[in-house]
Amino acid sequence: MIEVQHLTKRYGPVTAVDDVSFRAERGEILGFLGPNGAGKTTTMRILTGYMPATEGKAMVGGYDVQDQPIEAKRRTGYLPETPPLYPDMTVRDYLDFCARIKGVPRGERAARVKSSMDRARVADVAHRHCGKLSKGYRQRVGLAQALLHNPEVLILDEPTAGLDPKQIIETRQLIKQLGGDHTVILSTHILPEVSQTCHRVVIINKGRVVAVDSPDNLTARLRGSETMFLQVDAAGADPTGALAGVPGVTGVRVAEMRGAVAALEVESAAGRDVRRDLAAAVVTHGWGLLELRPMRMSLEEIFLHLTTEDTAAAATEAAGGGRQ
Amino acid sequence: MNNILAIAHKELKSYFASPIAYVVIGLFALMFGFFYYTLLGIFIEQGMRMMGLQGGPTQNVNDQMIRPLFLNASVLLLFVLPMITMRTYSEEKRSGTIELLLTAPLTDFQIIMGKFLGAMALYAAMLAVTLVHLGVLFAFGTPEWIPIATGYLGLLLMGGCFISVGLLISSFTRNQIVAVMATFAVFLLLWVINWAGPLTGPRTSAVLDYLSITSHLDDFTRGVVDTKHVVYYVSFIAFGLFLTARSVDTERWRG
Repeated sequence: MIEVQHLTKRYGPVTAVDDVSFRAERGEILGFLGPNGAGKTTTMRILTGYMPATEGKAMVGGYDVQDQPIEAKRRTGYLPETPPLYPDMTVRDYLDFCARIKGVPRGERAARVKSSMDRARVADVAHRHCGKLSKGYRQRVGLAQALLHNPEVLILDEPTAGLDPKQIIETRQLIKQLGGDHTVILSTHILPEVSQTCHRVVIINKGRVVAVDSPDNLTARLRGSETMFLQVDAAGADPTGALAGVPGVTGVRVAEMRGAVAALEVESAAGRDVRRDLAAAVVTHGWGLLELRPMRMSLEEIFLHLTTEDTAAAATEAAGGGRQ
Repeated sequence: MNNILAIAHKELKSYFASPIAYVVIGLFALMFGFFYYTLLGIFIEQGMRMMGLQGGPTQNVNDQMIRPLFLNASVLLLFVLPMITMRTYSEEKRSGTIELLLTAPLTDFQIIMGKFLGAMALYAAMLAVTLVHLGVLFAFGTPEWIPIATGYLGLLLMGGCFISVGLLISSFTRNQIVAVMATFAVFLLLWVINWAGPLTGPRTSAVLDYLSITSHLDDFTRGVVDTKHVVYYVSFIAFGLFLTARSVDTERWRG
Protein backbone atom coordinates (compact mmCIF):
# COMPACT_ATOMS: atom_id res chain seq x y z
CA MET A 1 0.00 0.00 0.00
CA ILE A 2 2.84 2.33 0.92
CA GLU A 3 6.27 1.75 -0.41
CA VAL A 4 9.26 3.97 0.19
CA GLN A 5 12.51 3.21 -1.57
CA HIS A 6 15.84 4.85 -0.87
CA LEU A 7 14.27 8.18 -0.06
CA THR A 8 16.70 11.04 0.43
CA LYS A 9 15.95 14.69 1.06
CA ARG A 10 18.60 17.37 1.25
CA TYR A 11 18.07 21.00 2.17
CA GLY A 12 21.23 22.52 0.76
CA PRO A 13 24.07 20.92 2.69
CA VAL A 14 21.78 19.39 5.31
CA THR A 15 20.52 15.85 4.75
CA ALA A 16 17.19 15.57 6.52
CA VAL A 17 16.28 12.11 5.27
CA ASP A 18 19.01 9.72 4.23
CA ASP A 19 18.26 6.60 2.18
CA VAL A 20 15.06 5.62 3.98
CA SER A 21 13.18 2.52 2.80
CA PHE A 22 10.15 0.80 4.29
CA ARG A 23 6.78 -0.69 3.34
CA ALA A 24 3.37 -0.75 4.92
CA GLU A 25 0.71 -3.26 3.90
CA ARG A 26 -3.04 -2.76 3.75
CA GLY A 27 -4.64 -2.52 7.17
CA GLU A 28 -1.33 -2.10 8.91
CA ILE A 29 -0.55 0.57 11.49
CA LEU A 30 3.03 1.65 11.18
CA GLY A 31 4.62 3.73 13.91
CA PHE A 32 7.23 6.26 13.03
CA LEU A 33 9.41 6.82 16.02
CA GLY A 34 12.28 9.19 16.44
CA PRO A 35 13.56 12.18 18.37
CA ASN A 36 12.69 15.68 17.20
CA GLY A 37 14.47 16.58 14.00
CA ALA A 38 14.99 12.94 13.01
CA GLY A 39 13.26 13.40 9.67
CA LYS A 40 9.80 12.04 10.51
CA THR A 41 7.89 15.10 9.31
CA THR A 42 10.03 15.42 6.19
CA THR A 43 9.39 11.78 5.25
CA MET A 44 5.66 12.28 5.77
CA ARG A 45 5.65 15.46 3.74
CA ILE A 46 7.28 13.64 0.87
CA LEU A 47 4.76 10.79 1.13
CA THR A 48 1.86 13.23 0.99
CA GLY A 49 3.27 15.05 -2.02
CA TYR A 50 3.81 18.28 -0.11
CA MET A 51 7.45 18.33 -1.14
CA PRO A 52 9.48 16.31 -3.61
CA ALA A 53 12.31 13.99 -2.60
CA THR A 54 15.85 14.72 -3.69
CA GLU A 55 16.34 11.05 -4.53
CA GLY A 56 14.37 7.86 -4.25
CA LYS A 57 10.77 6.91 -4.74
CA ALA A 58 7.59 6.91 -2.68
CA MET A 59 4.47 5.02 -3.75
CA VAL A 60 0.99 5.30 -2.28
CA GLY A 61 -1.61 2.75 -3.40
CA GLY A 62 0.55 1.88 -6.38
CA TYR A 63 0.96 5.49 -7.54
CA ASP A 64 4.23 7.37 -7.48
CA VAL A 65 3.69 10.53 -5.42
CA GLN A 66 5.98 12.46 -7.73
CA ASP A 67 4.76 11.30 -11.12
CA GLN A 68 1.05 10.82 -10.42
CA PRO A 69 0.50 13.20 -7.53
CA ILE A 70 -3.25 13.64 -8.01
CA GLU A 71 -3.96 9.90 -7.93
CA ALA A 72 -1.70 9.40 -4.93
CA LYS A 73 -3.20 12.36 -3.04
CA ARG A 74 -6.73 11.09 -3.67
CA ARG A 75 -5.81 8.01 -1.67
CA THR A 76 -4.12 9.85 1.16
CA GLY A 77 -5.50 11.56 4.23
CA TYR A 78 -2.97 13.72 6.00
CA LEU A 79 -2.91 15.34 9.40
CA PRO A 80 0.11 17.67 9.51
CA GLU A 81 1.96 18.54 12.69
CA THR A 82 -0.05 21.74 13.06
CA PRO A 83 -3.66 21.09 12.04
CA PRO A 84 -4.25 23.16 8.89
CA LEU A 85 -7.36 25.06 9.99
CA TYR A 86 -8.75 28.35 8.73
CA PRO A 87 -9.48 30.33 11.90
CA ASP A 88 -12.33 32.31 10.30
CA MET A 89 -14.30 29.25 9.22
CA THR A 90 -16.69 27.23 11.31
CA VAL A 91 -15.80 23.56 11.71
CA ARG A 92 -18.63 22.47 9.41
CA ASP A 93 -17.75 24.99 6.70
CA TYR A 94 -14.12 24.04 6.97
CA LEU A 95 -14.82 20.33 6.58
CA ASP A 96 -17.22 21.03 3.73
CA PHE A 97 -14.50 22.98 1.94
CA CYS A 98 -11.98 20.19 2.55
CA ALA A 99 -14.45 17.62 1.22
CA ARG A 100 -14.89 19.72 -1.90
CA ILE A 101 -11.20 20.01 -2.69
CA LYS A 102 -10.69 16.33 -1.93
CA GLY A 103 -13.18 15.52 -4.64
CA VAL A 104 -16.03 14.13 -2.51
CA PRO A 105 -19.10 14.24 -4.80
CA ARG A 106 -21.66 16.91 -3.94
CA GLY A 107 -24.36 14.38 -3.01
CA GLU A 108 -22.18 12.56 -0.48
CA ARG A 109 -20.55 15.61 0.99
CA ALA A 110 -22.91 16.32 3.85
CA ALA A 111 -22.93 12.67 4.91
CA ARG A 112 -19.14 12.35 4.74
CA VAL A 113 -18.69 15.54 6.77
CA LYS A 114 -21.09 14.25 9.38
CA SER A 115 -19.53 10.81 9.69
CA SER A 116 -16.01 12.30 9.95
CA MET A 117 -17.19 14.66 12.65
CA ASP A 118 -18.72 11.76 14.54
CA ARG A 119 -15.63 9.60 14.23
CA ALA A 120 -13.30 12.36 15.38
CA ARG A 121 -15.84 13.43 18.03
CA VAL A 122 -16.05 17.08 16.99
CA ALA A 123 -19.77 17.18 16.16
CA ASP A 124 -20.45 19.28 19.27
CA VAL A 125 -18.29 22.14 17.95
CA ALA A 126 -19.62 22.03 14.37
CA HIS A 127 -20.77 25.64 14.50
CA ARG A 128 -17.77 27.09 16.32
CA HIS A 129 -15.01 28.94 14.51
CA CYS A 130 -11.83 26.91 14.09
CA GLY A 131 -9.74 29.75 15.53
CA LYS A 132 -11.60 29.60 18.83
CA LEU A 133 -11.11 25.89 19.48
CA SER A 134 -8.87 24.39 22.14
CA LYS A 135 -5.75 22.55 21.09
CA GLY A 136 -7.42 19.18 21.57
CA TYR A 137 -10.37 20.08 19.36
CA ARG A 138 -8.12 21.55 16.70
CA GLN A 139 -6.17 18.34 16.57
CA ARG A 140 -9.37 16.33 16.19
CA VAL A 141 -10.84 18.63 13.55
CA GLY A 142 -7.56 18.06 11.69
CA LEU A 143 -8.12 14.34 12.07
CA ALA A 144 -11.71 14.65 10.81
CA GLN A 145 -10.33 16.48 7.79
CA ALA A 146 -7.95 13.57 7.06
CA LEU A 147 -10.81 11.05 7.20
CA LEU A 148 -13.21 12.98 4.94
CA HIS A 149 -12.66 11.24 1.64
CA ASN A 150 -12.28 7.84 3.28
CA PRO A 151 -8.70 7.46 2.05
CA GLU A 152 -6.89 4.13 1.82
CA VAL A 153 -3.84 5.63 3.47
CA LEU A 154 -3.75 7.85 6.53
CA ILE A 155 -0.64 9.76 7.42
CA LEU A 156 -0.82 11.29 10.86
CA ASP A 157 1.94 13.50 12.16
CA GLU A 158 1.79 13.30 15.95
CA PRO A 159 -1.97 12.75 16.14
CA THR A 160 -2.14 12.83 19.93
CA ALA A 161 -0.05 15.96 20.49
CA GLY A 162 -1.93 18.46 22.62
CA LEU A 163 -4.67 16.09 23.73
CA ASP A 164 -5.56 15.37 27.33
CA PRO A 165 -5.14 11.79 28.62
CA LYS A 166 -8.76 10.82 27.97
CA GLN A 167 -8.65 12.18 24.44
CA ILE A 168 -5.35 10.41 23.84
CA ILE A 169 -6.95 7.08 24.72
CA GLU A 170 -9.96 7.81 22.50
CA THR A 171 -7.77 8.84 19.60
CA ARG A 172 -5.64 5.73 19.94
CA GLN A 173 -8.78 3.61 19.87
CA LEU A 174 -9.94 5.42 16.75
CA ILE A 175 -6.59 4.82 15.08
CA LYS A 176 -6.76 1.13 15.97
CA GLN A 177 -10.24 0.88 14.45
CA LEU A 178 -9.03 2.64 11.33
CA GLY A 179 -6.18 0.17 11.03
CA GLY A 180 -8.62 -2.52 9.90
CA ASP A 181 -9.28 -1.18 6.42
CA HIS A 182 -6.89 1.74 6.18
CA THR A 183 -3.14 1.78 6.15
CA VAL A 184 -2.00 4.14 8.86
CA ILE A 185 1.37 5.73 9.34
CA LEU A 186 1.69 7.74 12.50
CA SER A 187 4.65 9.56 13.90
CA THR A 188 5.21 10.14 17.53
CA HIS A 189 7.81 10.52 20.17
CA ILE A 190 5.50 9.17 22.84
CA LEU A 191 6.70 5.62 23.12
CA PRO A 192 3.85 3.79 24.82
CA GLU A 193 1.71 4.98 21.92
CA VAL A 194 3.73 2.88 19.53
CA SER A 195 3.58 -0.29 21.59
CA GLN A 196 -0.15 0.19 22.17
CA THR A 197 -1.34 1.06 18.70
CA CYS A 198 1.18 -0.01 16.10
CA HIS A 199 1.76 -3.34 14.40
CA ARG A 200 5.21 -2.34 13.30
CA VAL A 201 7.69 0.35 14.24
CA VAL A 202 10.19 2.23 12.15
CA ILE A 203 12.75 3.91 14.34
CA ILE A 204 14.42 6.81 12.62
CA ASN A 205 17.31 8.90 13.80
CA LYS A 206 19.23 11.65 12.02
CA GLY A 207 17.38 10.82 8.82
CA ARG A 208 18.30 7.14 8.82
CA VAL A 209 16.20 4.11 9.64
CA VAL A 210 17.83 2.39 12.59
CA ALA A 211 15.29 -0.40 13.09
CA VAL A 212 12.09 -1.79 11.59
CA ASP A 213 10.19 -4.48 13.47
CA SER A 214 7.15 -5.22 15.60
CA PRO A 215 7.26 -3.68 19.08
CA ASP A 216 7.56 -7.16 20.66
CA ASN A 217 10.34 -8.32 18.38
CA LEU A 218 12.24 -5.11 18.88
CA THR A 219 12.12 -5.62 22.60
CA ALA A 220 13.29 -9.21 22.27
CA ARG A 221 15.95 -8.47 19.72
CA LEU A 222 17.59 -5.92 21.90
CA ARG A 223 17.86 -8.23 24.80
CA GLY A 224 21.16 -9.90 23.94
CA SER A 225 21.07 -11.46 27.38
CA GLU A 226 18.28 -12.06 29.83
CA THR A 227 18.31 -10.28 33.12
CA MET A 228 16.40 -11.36 36.21
CA PHE A 229 15.64 -9.16 39.12
CA LEU A 230 15.64 -10.79 42.55
CA GLN A 231 14.98 -9.70 46.09
CA VAL A 232 16.44 -12.11 48.56
CA ASP A 233 16.35 -12.05 52.34
CA ALA A 234 19.70 -13.72 52.97
CA ALA A 235 19.70 -13.00 56.72
CA GLY A 236 23.07 -11.23 56.58
CA ALA A 237 24.80 -13.70 54.27
CA ASP A 238 26.06 -12.72 50.83
CA PRO A 239 23.92 -14.47 48.21
CA THR A 240 26.06 -13.47 45.19
CA GLY A 241 28.36 -16.45 45.28
CA ALA A 242 25.56 -18.98 45.56
CA LEU A 243 23.59 -17.46 42.70
CA ALA A 244 26.62 -17.12 40.45
CA GLY A 245 27.05 -20.86 40.78
CA VAL A 246 23.68 -21.60 39.18
CA PRO A 247 24.18 -23.12 35.69
CA GLY A 248 23.59 -20.60 32.89
CA VAL A 249 24.18 -17.51 34.99
CA THR A 250 26.82 -15.22 33.55
CA GLY A 251 26.88 -12.43 36.12
CA VAL A 252 25.39 -11.25 39.38
CA ARG A 253 25.26 -7.66 40.57
CA VAL A 254 23.95 -6.26 43.82
CA ALA A 255 21.72 -3.35 42.98
CA GLU A 256 20.80 -2.42 46.54
CA MET A 257 21.12 -3.67 50.10
CA ARG A 258 18.27 -2.84 52.42
CA GLY A 259 19.12 -4.35 55.78
CA ALA A 260 19.06 -8.08 55.29
CA VAL A 261 17.29 -7.80 51.94
CA ALA A 262 19.48 -7.75 48.84
CA ALA A 263 18.20 -6.58 45.48
CA LEU A 264 20.08 -8.40 42.78
CA GLU A 265 20.34 -8.39 39.00
CA VAL A 266 21.25 -11.73 37.56
CA GLU A 267 22.30 -12.02 33.95
CA SER A 268 22.08 -15.18 31.94
CA ALA A 269 22.57 -16.24 28.33
CA ALA A 270 19.75 -15.25 26.01
CA GLY A 271 16.93 -17.75 25.58
CA ARG A 272 17.77 -19.62 28.70
CA ASP A 273 15.26 -19.52 31.52
CA VAL A 274 17.13 -19.78 34.81
CA ARG A 275 14.24 -18.82 37.07
CA ARG A 276 13.58 -22.31 38.45
CA ASP A 277 17.24 -22.91 39.23
CA LEU A 278 17.58 -19.51 40.86
CA ALA A 279 14.56 -20.12 43.04
CA ALA A 280 15.84 -23.54 43.99
CA ALA A 281 19.27 -22.11 44.89
CA VAL A 282 17.72 -19.48 47.18
CA VAL A 283 15.47 -21.98 48.89
CA THR A 284 18.22 -24.58 49.45
CA HIS A 285 20.25 -21.95 51.31
CA GLY A 286 17.26 -21.32 53.52
CA TRP A 287 16.89 -17.70 52.40
CA GLY A 288 13.65 -15.94 51.70
CA LEU A 289 12.78 -15.29 48.03
CA LEU A 290 10.80 -12.06 48.07
CA GLU A 291 10.73 -11.30 44.38
CA LEU A 292 11.82 -12.84 41.11
CA ARG A 293 10.96 -11.32 37.76
CA PRO A 294 12.48 -10.91 34.32
CA MET A 295 13.66 -7.42 33.45
CA ARG A 296 12.39 -6.34 30.04
CA MET A 297 13.69 -3.41 28.15
CA SER A 298 10.83 -1.06 27.56
CA LEU A 299 10.45 0.46 24.13
CA GLU A 300 11.63 3.65 25.68
CA GLU A 301 14.97 2.11 26.49
CA ILE A 302 15.27 0.57 23.06
CA PHE A 303 14.54 3.91 21.58
CA LEU A 304 17.24 5.54 23.64
CA HIS A 305 19.54 2.67 22.91
CA LEU A 306 19.05 2.94 19.16
CA THR A 307 19.12 6.67 18.89
CA THR A 308 21.92 7.56 21.26
CA GLU A 309 25.44 7.97 20.02
CA ASP A 310 27.23 6.05 22.72
CA THR A 311 25.27 2.84 22.36
CA ALA A 312 27.02 0.82 25.01
CA ALA A 313 26.78 3.49 27.65
CA ALA A 314 23.15 4.17 26.84
CA ALA A 315 22.21 0.51 27.04
CA THR A 316 23.70 0.12 30.50
CA GLU A 317 22.15 3.35 31.57
CA ALA A 318 18.75 2.33 30.26
CA ALA A 319 18.88 -1.16 31.69
CA GLY A 320 19.79 0.15 35.12
CA GLY A 321 17.62 3.23 35.11
CA GLY A 322 14.20 1.96 34.15
CA ARG A 323 13.80 -0.48 37.03
CA GLN A 324 12.54 1.44 40.02
CA MET B 1 -13.19 23.65 -12.65
CA ASN B 2 -15.10 22.57 -9.58
CA ASN B 3 -11.82 22.69 -7.65
CA ILE B 4 -11.03 26.19 -8.88
CA LEU B 5 -14.46 27.39 -7.82
CA ALA B 6 -14.11 25.71 -4.43
CA ILE B 7 -10.90 27.64 -3.77
CA ALA B 8 -12.33 30.88 -5.17
CA HIS B 9 -15.40 30.50 -3.01
CA LYS B 10 -13.29 29.88 0.09
CA GLU B 11 -11.09 32.90 -0.69
CA LEU B 12 -14.06 35.18 -1.13
CA LYS B 13 -15.63 33.91 2.06
CA SER B 14 -12.46 34.47 4.05
CA TYR B 15 -12.26 38.06 2.79
CA PHE B 16 -15.70 38.68 4.19
CA ALA B 17 -15.03 36.74 7.39
CA SER B 18 -12.16 39.11 8.19
CA PRO B 19 -12.47 42.91 8.24
CA ILE B 20 -10.41 43.16 5.05
CA ALA B 21 -13.32 43.07 2.60
CA TYR B 22 -15.26 45.71 4.50
CA VAL B 23 -12.30 48.01 4.96
CA VAL B 24 -11.24 47.69 1.34
CA ILE B 25 -14.71 48.17 -0.11
CA GLY B 26 -15.57 50.92 2.37
CA LEU B 27 -12.41 52.94 1.81
CA PHE B 28 -12.65 52.53 -1.93
CA ALA B 29 -16.28 53.65 -1.94
CA LEU B 30 -15.41 56.62 0.25
CA MET B 31 -12.55 57.80 -1.93
CA PHE B 32 -14.45 57.11 -5.13
CA GLY B 33 -17.36 59.10 -3.74
CA PHE B 34 -15.04 62.00 -3.02
CA PHE B 35 -13.67 62.00 -6.57
CA TYR B 36 -17.20 61.67 -7.91
CA TYR B 37 -18.41 64.58 -5.85
CA THR B 38 -15.60 66.95 -6.81
CA LEU B 39 -15.60 66.01 -10.49
CA LEU B 40 -19.36 66.39 -10.67
CA GLY B 41 -19.12 69.75 -8.92
CA ILE B 42 -16.55 71.00 -11.39
CA PHE B 43 -18.60 69.69 -14.28
CA ILE B 44 -21.72 71.49 -13.09
CA GLU B 45 -19.85 74.70 -12.45
CA GLN B 46 -18.44 74.59 -15.97
CA GLY B 47 -21.94 73.92 -17.27
CA MET B 48 -23.25 77.00 -15.50
CA ARG B 49 -20.56 79.11 -17.10
CA MET B 50 -21.20 77.61 -20.54
CA MET B 51 -24.87 78.48 -20.37
CA GLY B 52 -23.94 82.16 -20.59
CA LEU B 53 -22.05 81.63 -23.84
CA GLN B 54 -23.90 81.25 -27.11
CA GLY B 55 -22.57 78.67 -29.57
CA GLY B 56 -19.79 77.59 -27.24
CA PRO B 57 -18.54 74.01 -27.12
CA THR B 58 -21.16 71.58 -25.94
CA GLN B 59 -20.56 69.70 -22.74
CA ASN B 60 -19.97 65.97 -22.65
CA VAL B 61 -20.39 64.18 -19.34
CA ASN B 62 -18.47 61.15 -20.62
CA ASP B 63 -15.34 63.08 -21.56
CA GLN B 64 -15.39 65.69 -18.88
CA MET B 65 -16.46 63.72 -15.90
CA ILE B 66 -16.63 59.96 -16.28
CA ARG B 67 -13.28 59.53 -17.96
CA PRO B 68 -11.30 61.45 -15.32
CA LEU B 69 -13.29 59.56 -12.70
CA PHE B 70 -12.11 56.20 -14.09
CA LEU B 71 -8.53 57.40 -14.27
CA ASN B 72 -8.72 58.56 -10.67
CA ALA B 73 -10.20 55.23 -9.68
CA SER B 74 -7.22 53.48 -11.24
CA VAL B 75 -4.95 55.44 -8.90
CA LEU B 76 -7.00 54.24 -5.95
CA LEU B 77 -6.43 50.65 -7.03
CA LEU B 78 -2.74 51.19 -6.46
CA PHE B 79 -3.43 51.52 -2.76
CA VAL B 80 -6.35 49.18 -2.34
CA LEU B 81 -5.42 46.09 -4.33
CA PRO B 82 -2.25 45.22 -2.36
CA MET B 83 -4.54 44.83 0.66
CA ILE B 84 -6.60 42.28 -1.23
CA THR B 85 -3.66 40.18 -2.37
CA MET B 86 -1.36 40.44 0.64
CA ARG B 87 -2.83 37.50 2.52
CA THR B 88 -3.50 35.13 -0.37
CA TYR B 89 -0.36 33.05 0.08
CA SER B 90 1.35 34.70 3.05
CA GLU B 91 -1.46 33.82 5.43
CA GLU B 92 -1.63 30.21 4.25
CA LYS B 93 2.10 29.85 4.69
CA ARG B 94 2.12 31.42 8.10
CA SER B 95 -0.72 29.36 9.50
CA GLY B 96 0.32 26.13 7.78
CA THR B 97 -2.92 25.73 5.82
CA ILE B 98 -0.84 25.71 2.67
CA GLU B 99 -0.07 22.13 3.66
CA LEU B 100 -3.76 21.29 3.30
CA LEU B 101 -3.93 22.76 -0.20
CA LEU B 102 -0.68 21.26 -1.44
CA THR B 103 -1.53 17.77 -0.18
CA ALA B 104 -5.11 17.81 -1.51
CA PRO B 105 -5.67 16.33 -4.97
CA LEU B 106 -5.37 19.73 -6.64
CA THR B 107 -2.94 21.04 -9.21
CA ASP B 108 -0.95 24.21 -8.50
CA PHE B 109 -2.77 25.80 -11.42
CA GLN B 110 -6.16 25.16 -9.79
CA ILE B 111 -5.02 26.67 -6.49
CA ILE B 112 -3.60 29.76 -8.18
CA MET B 113 -6.60 30.25 -10.45
CA GLY B 114 -8.92 29.84 -7.49
CA LYS B 115 -7.06 32.47 -5.52
CA PHE B 116 -6.94 34.77 -8.51
CA LEU B 117 -10.67 34.46 -9.17
CA GLY B 118 -11.45 34.92 -5.47
CA ALA B 119 -9.50 38.19 -5.41
CA MET B 120 -11.06 39.24 -8.71
CA ALA B 121 -14.53 38.60 -7.31
CA LEU B 122 -13.85 40.86 -4.34
CA TYR B 123 -12.43 43.47 -6.68
CA ALA B 124 -15.52 43.21 -8.90
CA ALA B 125 -17.71 43.66 -5.82
CA MET B 126 -15.72 46.76 -5.01
CA LEU B 127 -16.26 48.16 -8.51
CA ALA B 128 -19.93 47.21 -8.37
CA VAL B 129 -20.42 49.72 -5.56
CA THR B 130 -19.46 52.49 -7.98
CA LEU B 131 -22.29 51.51 -10.32
CA VAL B 132 -24.53 53.38 -7.92
CA HIS B 133 -22.64 56.60 -8.50
CA LEU B 134 -22.82 56.26 -12.25
CA GLY B 135 -26.45 55.18 -12.10
CA VAL B 136 -27.26 58.56 -10.60
CA LEU B 137 -25.81 60.22 -13.70
CA PHE B 138 -28.16 58.18 -15.88
CA ALA B 139 -31.09 59.30 -13.73
CA PHE B 140 -30.37 62.97 -14.34
CA GLY B 141 -28.65 62.97 -17.71
CA THR B 142 -27.90 60.94 -20.78
CA PRO B 143 -24.33 59.71 -20.67
CA GLU B 144 -23.22 57.23 -23.28
CA TRP B 145 -23.06 53.79 -21.81
CA ILE B 146 -20.45 52.24 -24.12
CA PRO B 147 -17.44 54.19 -22.79
CA ILE B 148 -18.65 53.35 -19.30
CA ALA B 149 -18.83 49.64 -20.04
CA THR B 150 -15.41 49.61 -21.70
CA GLY B 151 -14.04 51.71 -18.86
CA TYR B 152 -15.13 49.06 -16.39
CA LEU B 153 -13.63 46.38 -18.61
CA GLY B 154 -10.35 48.28 -18.65
CA LEU B 155 -10.39 48.68 -14.87
CA LEU B 156 -11.10 44.98 -14.42
CA LEU B 157 -8.24 44.00 -16.71
CA MET B 158 -5.84 46.44 -15.11
CA GLY B 159 -6.86 45.25 -11.66
CA GLY B 160 -6.28 41.69 -12.86
CA CYS B 161 -2.68 42.59 -13.66
CA PHE B 162 -2.19 44.10 -10.23
CA ILE B 163 -3.77 41.07 -8.59
CA SER B 164 -1.54 38.64 -10.48
CA VAL B 165 1.53 40.60 -9.36
CA GLY B 166 0.15 40.73 -5.82
CA LEU B 167 -0.33 36.94 -5.78
CA LEU B 168 3.23 36.46 -6.95
CA ILE B 169 4.64 38.70 -4.23
CA SER B 170 2.45 37.13 -1.58
CA SER B 171 3.85 33.72 -2.56
CA PHE B 172 7.36 34.94 -1.70
CA THR B 173 6.80 35.68 1.96
CA ARG B 174 4.87 34.59 5.01
CA ASN B 175 4.79 38.16 6.31
CA GLN B 176 1.73 40.12 5.20
CA ILE B 177 3.31 43.52 5.89
CA VAL B 178 6.24 42.67 3.67
CA ALA B 179 3.81 41.45 1.02
CA VAL B 180 1.67 44.59 1.09
CA MET B 181 4.64 46.98 0.99
CA ALA B 182 6.46 45.12 -1.77
CA THR B 183 3.27 44.86 -3.81
CA PHE B 184 2.60 48.56 -3.42
CA ALA B 185 6.16 49.41 -4.50
CA VAL B 186 5.91 47.20 -7.59
CA PHE B 187 2.50 48.63 -8.54
CA LEU B 188 3.86 52.13 -8.24
CA LEU B 189 6.86 51.25 -10.35
CA LEU B 190 4.66 49.68 -13.04
CA TRP B 191 2.67 52.87 -12.94
CA VAL B 192 5.45 55.39 -13.40
CA ILE B 193 7.94 53.34 -15.37
CA ASN B 194 7.41 55.43 -18.51
CA TRP B 195 8.43 58.59 -16.67
CA ALA B 196 11.98 57.50 -17.33
CA GLY B 197 11.19 57.65 -21.05
CA PRO B 198 12.51 61.17 -21.75
CA LEU B 199 15.86 60.23 -20.22
CA THR B 200 16.37 57.38 -22.68
CA GLY B 201 16.34 57.06 -26.43
CA PRO B 202 13.08 56.99 -28.41
CA ARG B 203 13.17 53.21 -28.74
CA THR B 204 13.56 52.53 -24.99
CA SER B 205 10.98 55.17 -24.34
CA ALA B 206 8.47 53.32 -26.51
CA VAL B 207 9.22 50.07 -24.69
CA LEU B 208 8.76 51.74 -21.30
CA ASP B 209 5.52 53.27 -22.49
CA TYR B 210 4.31 49.86 -23.54
CA LEU B 211 5.30 48.36 -20.20
CA SER B 212 3.53 51.00 -18.15
CA ILE B 213 0.36 49.44 -16.93
CA THR B 214 -1.72 52.63 -17.04
CA SER B 215 -0.85 53.77 -20.56
CA HIS B 216 -3.11 50.97 -21.76
CA LEU B 217 -6.12 52.08 -19.78
CA ASP B 218 -6.68 55.35 -21.61
CA ASP B 219 -8.28 53.88 -24.73
CA PHE B 220 -10.72 51.84 -22.66
CA THR B 221 -12.02 54.96 -20.93
CA ARG B 222 -12.63 56.55 -24.35
CA GLY B 223 -14.88 53.67 -25.33
CA VAL B 224 -12.30 51.94 -27.51
CA VAL B 225 -11.46 48.29 -26.99
CA ASP B 226 -8.17 47.89 -28.80
CA THR B 227 -6.93 44.30 -29.17
CA LYS B 228 -3.40 45.40 -28.47
CA HIS B 229 -4.34 46.59 -24.99
CA VAL B 230 -6.44 43.52 -24.28
CA VAL B 231 -3.52 41.33 -25.36
CA TYR B 232 -1.20 43.32 -23.13
CA TYR B 233 -3.40 42.95 -20.07
CA VAL B 234 -4.29 39.31 -20.62
CA SER B 235 -0.69 38.28 -21.28
CA PHE B 236 0.44 40.31 -18.27
CA ILE B 237 -2.04 38.43 -16.08
CA ALA B 238 -1.04 35.06 -17.56
CA PHE B 239 2.64 35.80 -17.02
CA GLY B 240 2.05 36.88 -13.43
CA LEU B 241 0.12 33.70 -12.68
CA PHE B 242 2.75 31.60 -14.43
CA LEU B 243 5.49 33.14 -12.27
CA THR B 244 3.35 32.50 -9.18
CA ALA B 245 3.13 28.83 -10.17
CA ARG B 246 6.91 28.69 -10.54
CA SER B 247 7.33 30.38 -7.18
CA VAL B 248 5.01 27.93 -5.42
CA ASP B 249 6.81 25.01 -7.03
CA THR B 250 10.24 26.35 -6.04
CA GLU B 251 9.01 26.76 -2.50
CA ARG B 252 8.13 23.06 -2.49
CA TRP B 253 11.66 22.08 -3.33
CA ARG B 254 13.07 24.37 -0.74
CA GLY B 255 10.67 23.06 1.89
